[in-house]
Formats: sequence, structure tokens, C-alpha cells
Amino acid sequence: MKRIENYEELKKLHELFSNKIKNAPCRILICAGTGCQAGGSAKIAERFHELAGDSQDISIEFAPEAAGHPVGVRRTGCHGFCEMGPLVRIEPQGILYTKVKPEDCDEIFEKTVKNGELIHRLIYKMDGTEYVKQEEIPFYAGQTRVVLKNCGHIDAEHIEEAIASGTYLALAQSLFEMSPDDVIQKILDSNLRGRGGGGFPAGKKWQQVARQPEKVRYVVCNGDEGDPGAFMDRSIMEGDPHKMIEGMIIAAYAVGAHEGYIYVRAEYPLAVKRLMLAIEQATEAGLLGENILGSGFNFTLHINRGAGAFVCGEGSALTASIEGKRGMPRVKPPRTVEQGLFEKPTVLNNVETFANVPMIIKNGADWFKGFGTAGSPGTKAFALTGSVKNTGLIEVPFGITPREIIFKIGGGIRNDKKFKAVQIGGPSGGCLTESQLDEPLDFDNVKKLGVIVGSGGLVVMDENTCMVEVARFFMEFTHRESCGKCVPCREGTLRMLEILERIVAGQGEMADLDKLETLSDLIINTALCGLGKSAPLPVVSTLRSFRDEYVAHIQDKKCPAHVCQKLKQYIIDKTKCKACSKCARGCPVQAIHGAPKTPYEIDQSKCIKCGACMSACPFKAIYVE
Amino acid sequence: MLDSSFYAKTDEILSRYPAQERSLIPIIHEVQETYNYIPVELLPYIAKKIGITETKAYSVASFYERFSFEPKGKYIIRVCDGTACHVRQSVPVLERLRSELGLSDKKHTTDDMLFTVETVSCLGACGLAPAMMVNDEVHPAMTPDKAAQLVKELREEAAK
Repeated sequence: MKRIENYEELKKLHELFSNKIKNAPCRILICAGTGCQAGGSAKIAERFHELAGDSQDISIEFAPEAAGHPVGVRRTGCHGFCEMGPLVRIEPQGILYTKVKPEDCDEIFEKTVKNGELIHRLIYKMDGTEYVKQEEIPFYAGQTRVVLKNCGHIDAEHIEEAIASGTYLALAQSLFEMSPDDVIQKILDSNLRGRGGGGFPAGKKWQQVARQPEKVRYVVCNGDEGDPGAFMDRSIMEGDPHKMIEGMIIAAYAVGAHEGYIYVRAEYPLAVKRLMLAIEQATEAGLLGENILGSGFNFTLHINRGAGAFVCGEGSALTASIEGKRGMPRVKPPRTVEQGLFEKPTVLNNVETFANVPMIIKNGADWFKGFGTAGSPGTKAFALTGSVKNTGLIEVPFGITPREIIFKIGGGIRNDKKFKAVQIGGPSGGCLTESQLDEPLDFDNVKKLGVIVGSGGLVVMDENTCMVEVARFFMEFTHRESCGKCVPCREGTLRMLEILERIVAGQGEMADLDKLETLSDLIINTALCGLGKSAPLPVVSTLRSFRDEYVAHIQDKKCPAHVCQKLKQYIIDKTKCKACSKCARGCPVQAIHGAPKTPYEIDQSKCIKCGACMSACPFKAIYVE
Repeated sequence: MLDSSFYAKTDEILSRYPAQERSLIPIIHEVQETYNYIPVELLPYIAKKIGITETKAYSVASFYERFSFEPKGKYIIRVCDGTACHVRQSVPVLERLRSELGLSDKKHTTDDMLFTVETVSCLGACGLAPAMMVNDEVHPAMTPDKAAQLVKELREEAAK
């Protein structure tokens, strides 16, 4: 794209591009997020390109100067409804087709695109009702999509579409109509709090950086979304990279930084690709680099890939990693705002926080405060996963209850099982139970319940989930990911893991529960960084809410959810056993004995619960208790 | 001792980055992408070129989970064992892959250098749980049988 020289040109281009999209008779938007691509959306896009290409009067290229092309085929970022993917949206009608296969493309093109007919089998249905339009589907209807507004609606690989949607207008507004202090004041007024987990007000952070005597400053975006069960930031980076970049440039202008870094997980190759492309296109268009939009302001942006270390999500570890060092947190103070990257004052926010900035500049602090609660204004993206019917990426205002999220947007529990808990905040968070389902979700209230909002992973668990095993799982994770710098985290998580492993193996003692509590207390109070300090939270919260499950494992040697392998009992149903001896021959530890014509029996003291007998039995006579 | 082509290739990678400490991680990434692992002999060479000590280069390369000094297979299968995948039964998928390929939690790569099986904490594809990645491609909603079938297909692809 040609370089945009000034604010006026940007405004004109925005108008031109957005009219172009508004007036397009038909657009086919194919989700090309990681989820739908895994479901084959690339093939679907290819087929639509072929179909559109065959037709004389149909163009697939986005050429703003040439008007009159009826159909545009677009590969967008994540629509969010990953469960029903691959998703195809047909505009202007707003029809959403779900679970589309490459074979369906011809029919969609013939019937829907050309003749406006609906294909009923591809329409989303719930409880017998058909939902033709995306906005009517309960999964979307319950949401407030502000940050994710463009995700799934624009082509993430074309800056023209971002400009059409209004991206970079807030940047121009900041550069030409506001002083850096005005920008900071507006963000302060909005009370935008960090979406990465801590909830620290972004405006305060910026103000502190702007006040530092050191003039070389950096803006860093934390895209190292490492919490298992979270993919909000991935979806923004893949689906609307320009919005986040715009937020970073505005931050840079506000604090007087001329260089920035985006730190992205190496596990997100598509996000890396789209960001690189976005930076390239923005630089070409004069929206990044030297003399942005002719304002005289310079800002260059780099991408750094992570290398699989969870701890790099912690601020000082992340900056160390960009510097080329081991990603280990350091003692604070000095804080990142004083001495961050290369020991210079640094604004470090996460992807979602930066993506909120342009809208606040454009619509004002009061508009922003119209969403959410007094203490936690705005919306929050959550990754809704686990045993819930509709998994995917959602955005809701703060203050919504977990019940609304799980049962209204999420459609309830998968296979109509019973709800047990929802894990919030990943390995640094905890579980909310049935009795807490009506508590409003916001930074402060959730903290009172002993958990954290965290980055926004919501993993729903049903009655078949063993909470002790979940605690063990998280402890294994944090232990493995501990960087090893401080003793409480390195050794403490290992000791806690050992205890939990004993308990799930049926070798726990009641005294272990006290030990877990003591160790948790110790780690929370003495670990070096935020990740270490929060490592015991999954144990603390499950011990508080599901103590009876721990006790069942320890005293009754039973796993109430029938999950823990070592606590299973393999039993031979005497009425079904034909004494064929196959199980006994298959047993690796000779735990099964019997005689011809009498049912066989398993010696529970010898059994190693490998399940070999169960698969060897031709009569299905062996079951698990 | 490595063949001189390794150093020539490394020089090519080095030429794209400023000779500074901060270039270390991107350089190691590229070396690993080229060879599927990091030939450990290259570290002193890289360290010297960008002006850091050998121990420093080694300490960084060994810190990050993604970097490996062990040669890896042509197909690197990363089974997600994040929370969402874990509760939707990712472990049986992993076990089936290991048993199909004769691997274990100690042995990650097949002798014919075709497959490496690893676990990863989260691929961020939680909506498609359980998920796994083969090189850069995500495979959704895995089952042990689908995993076994995929291994079969990859074997056929490699044989071509």
C-alpha cells in the first residue's frame, strides 16, 4: 500500500474502504484462526476463491480503486465459536454456517451467494430452533464484543480492512489532537486495568514511565499467553493484529518511546506470521516507523518469539528473554516502569490491554465505563473450554456471573452432566463452585473469593473430574515450569507435587493435608515472583471447596469421580466369567487366579491397575469400580 | 566435529542479526528450525560471533523448553496436555502414540528419525481439545484411534 502522508489522507482512505465494504453485495468470511484451520478452513477458502474466480464479474482481490466487484472472499481471524468450526459468514445477510466442509462450498456458492437461499443443514441449531444469523445465536447474543468486534469480520492479512474498520484513526487523533499527557489522562480516567492477570491500572503504569528522568523508554507487549486453557490473546493477534499494534503506538506516543517489542509464544506460529505481516504493512503505509502520518513521531516495532518457558509471562523474565538472557524473574524493586527492558523505563501490557486502548481514545472514558462494574470497567475476553457445550472465545462485560457464561453462552454442561467447578485464572487461579456461580466476575470480587481473574481461561469441570487430580495436574505444571531461581518455588512445588501424587495413588495420610496448607502458605509468602506466589492457589482453592474429595482419597482409598488410576479396582463379574483364563495369562504381575470352570478372581493387593485383563476378556466380564 | 556446511549455514543466519547478546535467542530459533535441533558444537561459535561467553550461550539454550540438543524426527508431534485437553482425555492419545511408535517418557524419537513425540503445556487450541500439533499444523479433537491413523498416514507420506 502507498504511504499515508497525513491525517486527512487516512480519513479519506477509511471512508473509501469502509464504503467499499458496505456497498459490496456479498462477502464470504471464512474463519482462518488456528481452530478452524485445523478443521480444514484453508481448503474451504481455496475452493471459494476458485468458485469466485470462475465467474466473470466476481473478483477476489481487494482493490479499493476498482469498484463494482460483487463478491469478496476473506480469510478472517477467529470468530470465537471454535466448537462449531469451520465457520463461514456470509455478508451482508450475516448468515453463519457452521461445521462447513470443502464439499459444501459449491452448494453455498450456488444457493446462498448467488440466489440468497439458505442451506438448512449448515445452520446452527439448538433445542430445535434454527439460528440463521450469527448475532441471534445464544453463544453470541449473550456476549458484548468490543475488543473482539473485528475478529472474524475483517481479513487480518489486509491492512485495508483494518483501516476500513476504523483502525489507526485513534492513533491519528492522539498524534494530532492530543498531547501525550492528554492520552495518559484519558486512559487514567477510563480506569483500564491490565488484562494479563494483575489488574493494575494501565494509565498509572504509563504515567509512571512518562515521569522517569531517563529519556530512552520502551513499550513491550506481552503475548506470551502461557496459561493452559487460555487463547484470548492468540485470537486477537491472529484476528485483529492492527488494533493491538495501534494500541502500542498510542502508548509509545504517550510515554515518549520510540521502540517497542512484541513477545509472542513460539507455539503460536500463525499469530507470529500475521503480526509480522501487519507490521510490514503498517510500516509501508507510514503508520509505523519514521514520521508516522507526517506527525514527526517515530516508532519501530520488533517481534520476539518465546521459546517455551511459561515463566516468561512474568514481566522481568519476559524482558530478560528479549535481552537474550535466561527468562528468570528478578527481585523488585526496581519495577519494570523504572528499569525494565535494557534497564530502561518500560510500559509492559498484555495484548488485550493494548487492544482496548484505541477504543477508549476514540469513544472516551465514559463510554468505556459504561461496560462492566465501577471497579472493573470494560469487557473481558475469556476462553471458555472444558466440559461445556459451546467452547470458544467469548467477550463479556465485567460483572457477569459464571452462571450466565456457562449456562447461557456456553449452553450448559456437555452430555448433560452435572456441573462441578469452573477453573479460573489457570495455574495461578482456582476453582469456583456451584455456590459461587452467581457471584459477579470482576477483579476485586473474584479476589475476595480467593481466586484471580488471571488472563481469562475458564475451564469448566463436570462431575467426572477429580479435583485432587486437577490440583496435582496444575502442581505438576508449575513445578515443571518453575525457573528454579528461588527455593520456595523450586523446592516447595516439588514437595507439594510429591504429596499430591501420594494422595492420588491412595498412599496419602491426613497429616498430608496440613502439610499442603503449611507449604502453600510458605510459598505464597516467600516466592520471588508472581507466578511462584500464586502456584499453590489451585491446591488452596480445591482444599477449601473439595476437602471431602481429598479425604475420600486418603481415608477410603477411593476416587469419587473414578478418575485416579491407582484407586480403581478391577473386578471380575462372576456371573459373566467363563473361566477361559485369558485374563490370567494376560496379567503382567500374576494377580489373577482361578481354576477351570470356576470364576477367576483378582488379588487386589497384587494388581497394578494396568487394565490388561479388561482388554483381554472376550466376555466383558471385567469392570472397574 | 561438524561438517563445514554447518558453519556456513550458521554464518548465513548470523548475518541477519546484529552481533549482540539480544540476537542469541532468535539465532538459536533459526538454527533449530534449520536442523530440527541445535548441534551443541555451534554454540561456542555463535557465542564468539555475537560477543558473549560460551557458558552464557549454553545457559540460555538449555533454559528454554523448546530448544533441544537432541536430534529430532522429521515429524515432531506435540500432544497438548493443557487443562482443557487434559480434562478431555489427552493422556490416552499420548499413550497410544507412544505405544504405536515404541516410545516412552524417556525415549522421544524413533530410531528411524521419523517421529518425535513430546507433550506441550498448551497449544491455545483449547476449543478443539484434545489437540496436538504435527510440526506447525494443529490437529483437533484427537482420539487414540485418530492418532494411530495419522501416524500411519505420515509414514506413508514419508515413504513416498
